[in-house]
Amino acid sequence: MKKSFDVLIVGIGGQGTILASNVLGDACVIEGRHVRGAETHGMSQRGGSVETHIRIDGKFGPLIAPGTADLLIAFDVLEAVRYRHFLKQGGVMVVNREMVVPTSVFSGKQPVPTIDEVEAELKAGSAKVILVDATSIAAQAGNPLAANIVLLGAASDKLPLAAESLSEAVRRNVPPKTVSINEKAFDLGKEAA
Amino acid sequence: MAEETPKKYLLGNDAIAHACLEAGVDFVSGYPGTPSSEVVDRLRAGKDPWYYVEWSVNEKVAFENALAASWCGLRSIVTMKHVGLNVAADPLMTSSYTGTKGGFVVLSADDPFAHSSQNEQDSRMYAKFAQIPCLDPSSAQEAHDFTKTAFELSEKFALPVLLRPTTRICHSKGDVRLGEPAPSTRKGEFVKNPKQYVVIPANTRPLHAILTKKQPEVAKYLVEAGLNSAEIRGKKAVIAGGISISYVEEIIPDDVSFIKISAYPIDRNWLSGILAQHTEVLVVEELMPVIEEAALQAATSTVVHGKLDGYLPHEGEYSPELIAGAFEKAGFAKNTYPAPPEVTQVAVRPPILCAGCLHRSVFYAMKKVFKDGVFPSDIGCYTLGLQLGAVDTTICMGASITVGSGIAHSCPGTDVVSTIGDSTFLHTGVNGLINAVYNNTNQIVIILDNRITAMTGHQPNPNTGLTATGEESPKISLEELARACGVSYVESVDPYDLTYLLATLKEAKEKPGVKVIIAKQPCVIMNKRLGIKRNRYVVDAEACTKCGACLKYGCPAIETDETGASKITALCTGCGVCADICPAGAIHRGGARQ
Repeated sequence: MKKSFDVLIVGIGGQGTILASNVLGDACVIEGRHVRGAETHGMSQRGGSVETHIRIDGKFGPLIAPGTADLLIAFDVLEAVRYRHFLKQGGVMVVNREMVVPTSVFSGKQPVPTIDEVEAELKAGSAKVILVDATSIAAQAGNPLAANIVLLGAASDKLPLAAESLSEAVRRNVPPKTVSINEKAFDLGKEAA
Repeated sequence: MAEETPKKYLLGNDAIAHACLEAGVDFVSGYPGTPSSEVVDRLRAGKDPWYYVEWSVNEKVAFENALAASWCGLRSIVTMKHVGLNVAADPLMTSSYTGTKGGFVVLSADDPFAHSSQNEQDSRMYAKFAQIPCLDPSSAQEAHDFTKTAFELSEKFALPVLLRPTTRICHSKGDVRLGEPAPSTRKGEFVKNPKQYVVIPANTRPLHAILTKKQPEVAKYLVEAGLNSAEIRGKKAVIAGGISISYVEEIIPDDVSFIKISAYPIDRNWLSGILAQHTEVLVVEELMPVIEEAALQAATSTVVHGKLDGYLPHEGEYSPELIAGAFEKAGFAKNTYPAPPEVTQVAVRPPILCAGCLHRSVFYAMKKVFKDGVFPSDIGCYTLGLQLGAVDTTICMGASITVGSGIAHSCPGTDVVSTIGDSTFLHTGVNGLINAVYNNTNQIVIILDNRITAMTGHQPNPNTGLTATGEESPKISLEELARACGVSYVESVDPYDLTYLLATLKEAKEKPGVKVIIAKQPCVIMNKRLGIKRNRYVVDAEACTKCGACLKYGCPAIETDETGASKITALCTGCGVCADICPAGAIHRGGARQ
């Protein structure tokens, strides 16, 4: 029944989830394939939790049903936990080993979770979890802001898209001055997975 | 036909904007509102555009400007979010009487699930109310194609045409095939015709009759043009409209007929003929039962399922798995989606005011000075002040000062402090201020002046000093405007100067009548874009008493370290308000420039 490969990209407003989804969308167009996507705009960008749906070979609506996503790419471990119910049984998640604690935790004096606790929680689930130190790898490539591209590199083996299409799509989407940094970020991410 | 251009991965709103270029649009106006804003944002970013483009002060103004352009023979589009159409409803309702000349498209973006809106109203009802055609796309490609169709349809029937994309069209993406821009060389000319343009009773009565006569012609044409269509495949049928068409397409079995409604009004004879070939139909449409009611009227013996008999909800947005549930209930197909999986609860991460946002310090000061105050507020980023306990009411644009007046007159002795942003004040807030002064109201009005329309993506407004295309224009003086409304107490403050802000609020508390305080600091996101930097603040961990006063301020740059002492992160933009709040004096300037 399902004919598309469904990817959910989640993170925090401002982390570059939309750019990452644009890379996947452009890679589809480069290969002449259909694609659908849905993203969060507006108020949610103010440091809120954001989700982007991408359906590779999608011809219909842009939304992925909970329990059916093939791949989850998370920019933050807490966001991976928040959205993991979207994954199908045995789905794969590629997760940045980073955690921004929500301000609500501090202002509401709730217990502050540790990254180790959240990692353990993630691994206890049924999904295959690939953790990547995307921010430090991006810094190694030349700019910590390229963490989104590191994550795409780390996920590239799981995506039904050719590596060349993804690389070309990365070049199309990042600022011209940062192309070489991002290419390096993509390759390092691929190695790290 | 010209050679096909390659496809692009495009946002629905970008596809709509590009279609305007292909249609040779001459005149563009609008007021920002999620999910509609990117259409004008893209068009105003065009290099040396052949068309005129403006951000207007509100939707009524934008609508009337664009309507007049159409009367001058130009192709025009006006954009807004669904609730903006309420503001523009006055001219809308009579523009169908006067009719149009150049193609006139009214884009009203609906927001099922109220992702970023105060309600879930359905703009198709307005099309029905005003008796104008409405196009309801089901994908980014259709959003593009229907935009061009809308201009043509408007010219064919001399009526405004409502284009009604929803959030999942505006902010969804797809592989879209575009055409070439077709620069217009039209010159506007207003040809006087009082019988059409001056709607005194004697003129409006015959205009109403003309409008009525157009209705069946339009409905018939929408079927002929293939905008409403039916694929007969069995005795059962699904009728779907808008984005729901794409969800149904994904799951509809081969032996169930598929009736697609992409345009209104629906031709009743056509629908009646289709329904007669089926024993049972399921209507799938978000929000109001517009198609369902038409089907019930057109059906003789066919059983119609939908919202009205509880198969599908009236509220929220639909999804393939939701519709699959209704298919199963109706016996059309088995629902093969997995049962809703368990969701793990983690700490909520709602959108919050940015580190250094001027609104936060104003809310903090209000709460300090007016412990028992009532705080009506308005629509903008500052609605997030709800999280800080500083927003008691929000209903629609401009309804802070007016609700404040109502409360002040109803509950004498209550301290009423209304907050409103600069763009919202100029949209519909100023009327409320005039009224409050005129009627001797007691309230404090705080204008949160960040010089931009921030929440919708930083569009300029009359307070910015720039037009939509970046040309300089006279910057309105909020102080002079408030004084001209008759306010005698008008004070401008720097909200980063907490001591002065508190003193000003205390002073205003003791004065009678309407007091206006203008809190001025540019939006921190704009500062970042413009490269304006301040030194960060740091916590002296040894001096920190772990009292938590700074944490309660709710700034995303303030956290605790392993010992429980406060620390300031790289998100700090150097507003320094936390240093004034800290009772131990443990916070001081000293971080690196960010």
